[in-house]
Amino acid sequence: MEKEEIPIAIELAKKQREISVASFFEKNRHLLGFDNPRKSLLTTIKEAVDNSLDACEEASVLPEINVEVIDMQNDRFRVVVEDNGPGIVKKQIPNIFAKLLYGSKFFKLSQSRGQQGIGISASVLYAQLTTGKPARITSRIGKKHDAHYYELHIDTHKNKPEIIKEETLKWNKDHGTKIELDLEGSYQKGDQSVDQYLKQTAIVNPHVTLIYTNPKAEQIIFPKASDQLPKKPVEIKPHPYGIEIGVLMSMLKLTENRTLQSFLMTEFSRVGSGTAKQICENASLLTNTKPRDVTRDMSEKLIEGIKKTKIIAPPGDCISPIGENLLEKGLRKEINAEFYTACTRPPSVYRGNPFVVEVGIAYGGEQNAEGSMELYRYANRVPLLYQQGACAVTKSVINTAWRNYGLSQSRGALPVGPITVAVHIASVWVPFTSESKEAIAHYPEIIKEIKLALQECGRKLASYVGKKRRVQFESKKRDYIKTFIPHVGQALKDLIGFKKDEEQEVEKLLATILEKQRGELEKVEAENPEYDEEFAKIGKSEKGELDEEKKQ
Amino acid sequence: MKKKSSNVDVAKKLVSLAKDDVYIRIKNKKQPELHMPLRALSNVKYDPKDGFFELLGKMKERTLTASTIKTFAQTLRMMAHAKLVVESDDITTKREMYYISKNWAEAAFKEQPESDTVMEDLEAMMMINREQLGFIPEEKGGEIAGKLIVVDKDPDTGKVIKIDCTKFGSGAYSIPISVEHLKFETNAKFIMAVETAGMFQRLVKHNYWKKTNCILISMGGVPTRALRRFIRRLSDEKKLPVYVFVDNDPYGIGSIYRTLKVGSGNAAHINEFFCVPKARFLGVTPQDVVDYKLPTHPLKEIDLKKIKDLLKNDPFIMHHEEWQKALKQMQQMKVRSEQQSLAKWGLNFVIETYLPEKLKHPEKFLP
Repeated sequence: MEKEEIPIAIELAKKQREISVASFFEKNRHLLGFDNPRKSLLTTIKEAVDNSLDACEEASVLPEINVEVIDMQNDRFRVVVEDNGPGIVKKQIPNIFAKLLYGSKFFKLSQSRGQQGIGISASVLYAQLTTGKPARITSRIGKKHDAHYYELHIDTHKNKPEIIKEETLKWNKDHGTKIELDLEGSYQKGDQSVDQYLKQTAIVNPHVTLIYTNPKAEQIIFPKASDQLPKKPVEIKPHPYGIEIGVLMSMLKLTENRTLQSFLMTEFSRVGSGTAKQICENASLLTNTKPRDVTRDMSEKLIEGIKKTKIIAPPGDCISPIGENLLEKGLRKEINAEFYTACTRPPSVYRGNPFVVEVGIAYGGEQNAEGSMELYRYANRVPLLYQQGACAVTKSVINTAWRNYGLSQSRGALPVGPITVAVHIASVWVPFTSESKEAIAHYPEIIKEIKLALQECGRKLASYVGKKRRVQFESKKRDYIKTFIPHVGQALKDLIGFKKDEEQEVEKLLATILEKQRGELEKVEAENPEYDEEFAKIGKSEKGELDEEKKQ
Repeated sequence: MKKKSSNVDVAKKLVSLAKDDVYIRIKNKKQPELHMPLRALSNVKYDPKDGFFELLGKMKERTLTASTIKTFAQTLRMMAHAKLVVESDDITTKREMYYISKNWAEAAFKEQPESDTVMEDLEAMMMINREQLGFIPEEKGGEIAGKLIVVDKDPDTGKVIKIDCTKFGSGAYSIPISVEHLKFETNAKFIMAVETAGMFQRLVKHNYWKKTNCILISMGGVPTRALRRFIRRLSDEKKLPVYVFVDNDPYGIGSIYRTLKVGSGNAAHINEFFCVPKARFLGVTPQDVVDYKLPTHPLKEIDLKKIKDLLKNDPFIMHHEEWQKALKQMQQMKVRSEQQSLAKWGLNFVIETYLPEKLKHPEKFLP
């Protein structure tokens, strides 16, 4: 008789257990933007600054943010980011900083820099993994409240904060939050550097004051250029178009509404009683069905019903674009060009999410005419420095026919010419290709809008380039005339035999006659008083460093 | 030449042109303007009484503007040069003029045709012959064999030289670029101008001029100004008829014969002296092709276009019905034939049969 064997599955089951999010990201930290030391330093600062800006704006405080990066030797850096935001209540501090996927922004549809509630805790996790040191948080919510100080670790198995130290202390700030992290990193200037990131942030956030001290102990202050806070984005309900069945089912389960009709009317934007009835009719469902009783099949029908119903686009006022003027102003500060233009598109929708595309262009001047276009990408006012090739913005730029606008461009490449293009996408939910938020996903609706914005700016550019060419041609022609006037003078002198001074008089008269005939020479090249040379230098790699980079 | 303006007159005219049209206008703050007759077929008329293309009144203005200033400067500089040359009684060849312009820095001519065009403009502007401005061409005039003695002068001594055109054996006398000073002695009965050097050689080889007592001239394509002037003077002074023997194609008729007889549109301002109104067309005619069953080549697109153009735009052809008939015949036959095609009937068929038969009835020659 055979001995009954233990099924292998039972053996295997011993090894099967839950994976905590924290453990997952411990192994896959590149998904969050911590692929290498240089990028990790940038990502950490970026997450902290993004959070500070969101917090300030939400509390209607003009942000004043202090960023300090201190070189601790042996590839270790201390990052300190301090803001004047509303602060965080004591109870929430450990969760916000030491628990992944914990936050306020994930569940609402509103334009903000952060989305998932992953960024800052991922930085804390990274710091902990590379140096073993806890994150140090100080926060105060008002004059009458104490400032709280925490030292936190993340328990990676449980994805739970582990409080190392906790105390109240005196802080000279009325309200605000400060985070201090020690982490492994590498500091370099140039493209994709911390300096570059902060500068680009300053360009599109003119209401922000940034005080930055880099590891070389150089302090750079980006003062605010405007006292106007951006229009506060309105939180909106999801739009029925683009809702997916899983989301719909969980919404049905959680709602407090009694009928399907009122559920549709209160949980979605742009659905009134008429539209709600229409949806139910198209889905062959009764308007007074209890949401809780809607089955999976019925949910499917409901989705079909939504598709068949004509519903107006979501409101655009939930988006707060930078605006054509400020975008152009930002470019003027950064780039000494001859021609600037910007345009903000009307709101559009992808998968039910409203979004707005803005484009700014700076052309000519001191920019390199031989190289590829300089492309700045922004999503909800956050500069995107990595993964340019994978981004919908890049694709849209490449697919725009720049030759029509006086630039040269080979197939499948960025155009060549002295030009900088800034593209900003603002949305209640920006679709990134990964959690590290470096590239925007290729939604056809988004690409179409970007292209339309580029074309609008391109047309203005073409008319400028055309005008410039005409004027250049005209001035060339005038030089041509000037070349031959002395020959006429010389020949007349030889023929008629007058004196030298008369020859000069004839030449002068002739020049006047021809000038009068051609009219005033138009002036095209404009001065740019807003250009700030010191500002433009920030974040550009210095020569020595560039060579070093190449060696690596 | 009716009256040869003296060098002094030419120089004066150059200066007054520069003064009135350019200098004074500049002083008055007006754009300088140079005027010249429009040199094209559209600006000539043909009157058989005068016998040559005469200019109509159309004038071309060259106003000094940005786009014309280079040519304008070049024209003035060439005028200055011409004045210098005329005053020192020297000459400039067309090629030399081109090289002289190399001193003018940016105003220099890039290619000789540019310089030639300015020269022709200047000539027309002054309404005189370029030789009077001291400009002479590089091209040679043509070749002569037969019953003619040309009276020339030795360039060094000024001694009279008599050149007997019967004494060149199988060669020929080459006429000079300037023919105004030549004199002639002859008892020939007519002049025969031949298009190709090949046919000319055949006629010389067999002493055709001796048999028929004539003067043979090889034109070598469209006759040069010197050759036209030479034939004109010779035929006028010695009262000789002129017969023209060319290929049967639109080029032979429309370019070679027409230019010899009445001048060209391009040189309309001087045609009066550089044409031979009494010339008559011996052959080869389109009818000859039929009568003598000559070998032919099909006409090309460009030939048909030229025929159309001649019928429609050439005042000379338009005036003569005979020519319209002949060209229409060629248009219908869609073929051309060369002088040498007569060789089909034997090498000397042209001498023994074709020419004698033709010369029996000069009154039948096309006008």
